[in-house]
Amino acid sequence: MSPGIDLQASFVQALTDLGLPTGAAKAIWIPLPMVLMVAAVTVLALVATWMERKISAAAQQRIGPEYMGPFGMMVPAADVLKLLFKENVSPAKTDPWLFALAPLLVFIPIFLSYLIVPFGQRIVITDLSVGVFLWISLSSIAPIGLLMAGYSSNNKYSLLGGLRAAAQSISYEIPLALSVLAIAMMSNSLSTIDIVEQQSGYGILSWNVWRQPVGFIIFWIAALAEAERLPFDLPEAEEELVAGYQTEYGAVKFMMLYAGSYANLVLSALMVAVLYLGGWESPIPVGMLADLLGVSETTPWLQLITGSLGIIMTLFKAYLMLFLAVLLRWTVPRVRIDQLLDLGWKFLLPISLVNLLLTAGLKLAFPFAFGG
Amino acid sequence: MTLADGVQIVSFVVLAVMMIGAALGVVLLNNIVYSAFLLALVFISISGMYILLNASFVAAAQVLIYVGAVNVLILFGIMLVNKRQAFVPVRNAWISKATTAAVCVGLFALLSTMVLATPWSVSTAIPIGDTALVEIGKHFFSDYLLPFELASVLLLMALIGAVVLARRDYLPDELLAQEEMRKTALTLPERPRELISGSRK
Repeated sequence: MSPGIDLQASFVQALTDLGLPTGAAKAIWIPLPMVLMVAAVTVLALVATWMERKISAAAQQRIGPEYMGPFGMMVPAADVLKLLFKENVSPAKTDPWLFALAPLLVFIPIFLSYLIVPFGQRIVITDLSVGVFLWISLSSIAPIGLLMAGYSSNNKYSLLGGLRAAAQSISYEIPLALSVLAIAMMSNSLSTIDIVEQQSGYGILSWNVWRQPVGFIIFWIAALAEAERLPFDLPEAEEELVAGYQTEYGAVKFMMLYAGSYANLVLSALMVAVLYLGGWESPIPVGMLADLLGVSETTPWLQLITGSLGIIMTLFKAYLMLFLAVLLRWTVPRVRIDQLLDLGWKFLLPISLVNLLLTAGLKLAFPFAFGG
Repeated sequence: MTLADGVQIVSFVVLAVMMIGAALGVVLLNNIVYSAFLLALVFISISGMYILLNASFVAAAQVLIYVGAVNVLILFGIMLVNKRQAFVPVRNAWISKATTAAVCVGLFALLSTMVLATPWSVSTAIPIGDTALVEIGKHFFSDYLLPFELASVLLLMALIGAVVLARRDYLPDELLAQEEMRKTALTLPERPRELISGSRK
């Protein structure tokens, strides 16, 4: 494989050429990807809210937001502005410390998890060896934030919502982790880069979704439940619990919870794209086309095209899954809490165990196709 | 001193202060919910220490198991056990507190003398870092197989115990029949809590 574009090396090189010492150049580089990531994730989450409005409207034969910007695209920005300028109220008998801390606890782990989402061979913040495992363990912090939000609001709806959210995310973490484990077994690695590399080669045919169809469905169901989307949005079921653990929240704190939930949804969709839909690989591999046309892999313009196509492909796949999630929201009714737990523990858990066993067996039997 | 060294020292100090402060909070605070949340902070700081020691897998596992599972269970326990009992101040409570403090200080002194007296042989080998995952797996299935399997059997026992406790299906039939007769018309069809007893077989 060609190294592709290495932004860090070129950035540090450019600064050292300007006369800075290498250490200082690296120190200047360190915060850049983090700031970029926070900004990018915020934009991704805002786009998700806009998509939610538009697709929901289309599903109900309405028009949806229209007047603010082209196709109502400025609505999310207006939302953010409104929430930023609202008065920051915390209700009378809340626990002020926990009440303020809870949105942060929900928000930070989700944004941290974006560290491992790859948009290209080198377009990733860090290529950790624990990769996907980091995502799973960070997403297990969220229930603490939700419990904290529910408890500190001093409101029965909030407490019920928080408890429900924690129970739900604990039970769906297990099938989620087991289906990721099957993928890790096939890729011989937990690193997201390795997982995508293992799916490259034959374009759309080599994607994991063909080798792990059951795992794909389990993962998507569990990811929807983790992100508290309909049909699994019991923690904030409007008809029963007002808004669950968010009931007492307003202004910036509410914005954090809201942005956190959408960032989590986008993250889940991105992980589906990375784990099952070939990540940044396009359906017809770019390398193959370049070989056909006789262009060398190290040509600068080809690398630029490959890099930007990688980002576009990852985002396209992720937003396709998001589109499915929004359609599901208006198609499927909400499940009851006992049905939810039944589905998680009695159906998804055994099936994902069997899927794991089958993957192990297939890996031993057909090492060429299942990553021996 | 390079940039990396500086970052390492600063993060070590921050993590150590955070861990000790949070641990003291767990012990000293009166509100049990605060204690439970601070316990999560202690676990997170420990996981940060693991990252400083180049053990990223252990760090992630620490967060997943201790913060994501153990701590959430503790919180669940606290929030679901809704015991409304008036707090009765105990007379001479300071005696027990003083004894506890004395025992703790004694333990601390004992441990710190042990730490200072032991001639530690610090390993000079380079930490294996990212390949640790493979090494841990190999150890689990060779020389540490028995402890590993025993731990899983222990977890299975806890699981079955929890199911039995939660379902309360092991009440004998005749007891249940008696219970049926005692029931008034307006009671909800639920098995009462008080009847769980291991005395009747």
